[in-house]
Amino acid sequence: MAKQINVALIGNPNTGKTSVFNALTGLNQKVGNYPGITVEKKEGICKLPRGVKAHIIDLPGTYSLNASSLDENVVIELLLNKNDKDFPDVAVVVSDVENLKRNLLLYTQIKDLEIPTILVINMSDRMTYKGIKLDIPYLEQKLETKIALISTRKNRGIDELKEVIANYKELSVKPCLNASEIDTDYFDKLRKAFPNQLLYKLWLVITQDVNFGKVDRNQIDAIHSFKTKSEADLKRLQQKETIKRYQFINNTLKKGQTIDLNSAKDLRIKLDRILTHKVWGYLIFGIILLTIFQAIYDWSSVPMDFIDSAFASLSEWTKHLMPEGAFTNLIAEGIIPGLGGIVIFIPQIAFLFLFISVLEESGYMSRVVFLMDRIMRRFGLSGKSVVPLISGTACAIPAIMATRNIESWKERLITILVTPFTTCSARLPVYLIIISLVIPEGRFFGLSYQALTLMLLYLIGFGAAIVSAWILNKVLKIRSKTFFVVEMPNYKVPLLKNVALTVLEKTKSFVFGAGKIILAISIVLWFLASYGPGEQFNNAEDIVTQQHALDNLTQDELDQKIASHKLEHSFIGIAGHAIEPAIRPLGYDWKIGIAIVSSFAAREVFVGTLATIYSVGSDEEETIKNRMAGEVNPILGGPLFNFASGISLLLFYAFAMQCMSTLAIVKRETNSWKWPMYQLVIMSAFAYLVALIAYQFLK
Amino acid sequence: MQLTLADIKRGQQGIITDVSSIHIPLKLLEMGCLPGNLVELVQVAPFADPMYLNINGTHLAIRKETAIHILIEISNG
Repeated sequence: MAKQINVALIGNPNTGKTSVFNALTGLNQKVGNYPGITVEKKEGICKLPRGVKAHIIDLPGTYSLNASSLDENVVIELLLNKNDKDFPDVAVVVSDVENLKRNLLLYTQIKDLEIPTILVINMSDRMTYKGIKLDIPYLEQKLETKIALISTRKNRGIDELKEVIANYKELSVKPCLNASEIDTDYFDKLRKAFPNQLLYKLWLVITQDVNFGKVDRNQIDAIHSFKTKSEADLKRLQQKETIKRYQFINNTLKKGQTIDLNSAKDLRIKLDRILTHKVWGYLIFGIILLTIFQAIYDWSSVPMDFIDSAFASLSEWTKHLMPEGAFTNLIAEGIIPGLGGIVIFIPQIAFLFLFISVLEESGYMSRVVFLMDRIMRRFGLSGKSVVPLISGTACAIPAIMATRNIESWKERLITILVTPFTTCSARLPVYLIIISLVIPEGRFFGLSYQALTLMLLYLIGFGAAIVSAWILNKVLKIRSKTFFVVEMPNYKVPLLKNVALTVLEKTKSFVFGAGKIILAISIVLWFLASYGPGEQFNNAEDIVTQQHALDNLTQDELDQKIASHKLEHSFIGIAGHAIEPAIRPLGYDWKIGIAIVSSFAAREVFVGTLATIYSVGSDEEETIKNRMAGEVNPILGGPLFNFASGISLLLFYAFAMQCMSTLAIVKRETNSWKWPMYQLVIMSAFAYLVALIAYQFLK
Repeated sequence: MQLTLADIKRGQQGIITDVSSIHIPLKLLEMGCLPGNLVELVQVAPFADPMYLNINGTHLAIRKETAIHILIEISNG
């Protein structure tokens, strides 16, 4: 059997660590979660020379082993726990050739843990451009390691890296400096008290309490009794430690690295002069946002129309092909339309993640953070809230997780609470179908009315987020330290492979995650719509035939009347009629009511629900859109989906908190049910109110 | 009067002389904001806040309220 070794990829953010991971594992990777927490866990398999297999973990990016967030804490928990099944046989520290000095800080810390460590210096293709020269043998000797000089962009040095990993047993485990010199007395005492433990490990466990306070210290529990220094003293010592480490790094690089500033060209300065400019910066950001919305609406409409009609014909085809009966109906009327409601998402989600990952990969997102900080702060948010608010347009769940790097708890909490207002992709199908029904076609300066409406809805979402943040900032009485540090990485042309993998993986997890809920709900709905209690449902045919005995109807017309009579007296019809009084003032009928109620599980269920309900109600080959356009308001007559009810529905979906998964994530990230419950009640009540006002004014 | 990082002008360079460790997050120190290191103001957002700096070769942005706790000496400009 081939031997498998554990490899941990560790590195600062923006060093191309994920590119290294992608280069090593290719498509042999999976993304999961660390048990009990929502930190993403990326692992993959890589084949090394001589039949060795490596199990590679891509650990969250961190600047040091002093954790200040849940993500960074994952790194320390793994490196301190020898019994973890993922405990690395070898650590690979990924650094960026242009920021070697800062990247080496983390490297020296990991060396102190006496784990075999390889130093990867990435982006070597930029060395000539930046006038950097490295003395690799000297650095290897000083840093007690093997160095792999690679470029994931040019695909250079990957095989050499694999070779070094395979030979990890030859690596030295000696630390490269003695950090305990910062306070010899203290560390001597520590060594005497715990003679069997690694000094640096003890030190990390002691100081984690200062910074974070959540290290699992199963083996070194006794360390609690070793609190001989105040927190302020410990922090001062940590500062001394950092200075000490930098002294070592500076001395090493003085000889090992030469930078010829004359041959260095800096594109960054030129680009930043425009992209972070007081006027041009904001203008460019606006244009980029506009392009994204136009793309989501215009470019994805072609594949979406295709998917819509393909599923309609598939359903029809199944009915013809399979023997008549309940099972065929379940498939043709329940499962296929339900699946169609998921698949139709794919083009837009893919586009959104494409744009977001390009913005992140290129380094532009940090400039947006910089530009927006001052403005966002007025509303109690941070510049860093822009990233969750933008990625909230894809899905609120990763967006809320992306708030973790916001240093101030108050700013972070407010961001979490308002992010669900941004227009997530689950709202899109609802918006798109209603917009196409109630907003006229036509163009205004080359932008279609429909695209403009969509953009307006996005702006309403952002507006609601900003305004409620401002209110929360006034209402919430939380005092927390506000720190704001954001790295401004170099501009890079995004790597196609990284972008493609992100789009693929995010779309897949979204479709399968949401898909399960949608599928389950459409099956349940089909049952509820196809069966009912009592005489009215069971004898529908006789009752309707008698009612219309004198009307001279064709067989087709009669069948339709029977089907809709059945639907009205099915379980779902009864439930729908029960809630109708509450939603009639908003301009909806009971069918929309059912769709709204089922959307509280997940918004995207709306279209699927209507598809299921309507296909039970008619058996003609039609797309969902045509069926909706044909619906008649049972009381007022005229189309059910008119301008007033359409706008009211759009606004309801813009504000209501209809996503169980988001509520679950908010609960996890805020550690209490209080906040998600506030979100559910306040947002939904507000949505009802706004929809009510809109309909009453417009009708 | 002692200058702080909040006083630096665009294009000026300075040397960090002292940081008040109570007010400065460890993360900022680890990114190179330490006594003796060179600092340069690259760009400012409207209202001169936040500040886009080059500290010791690392490009980062911090708020003015943090910058006032970092003491500097101007070395050029």
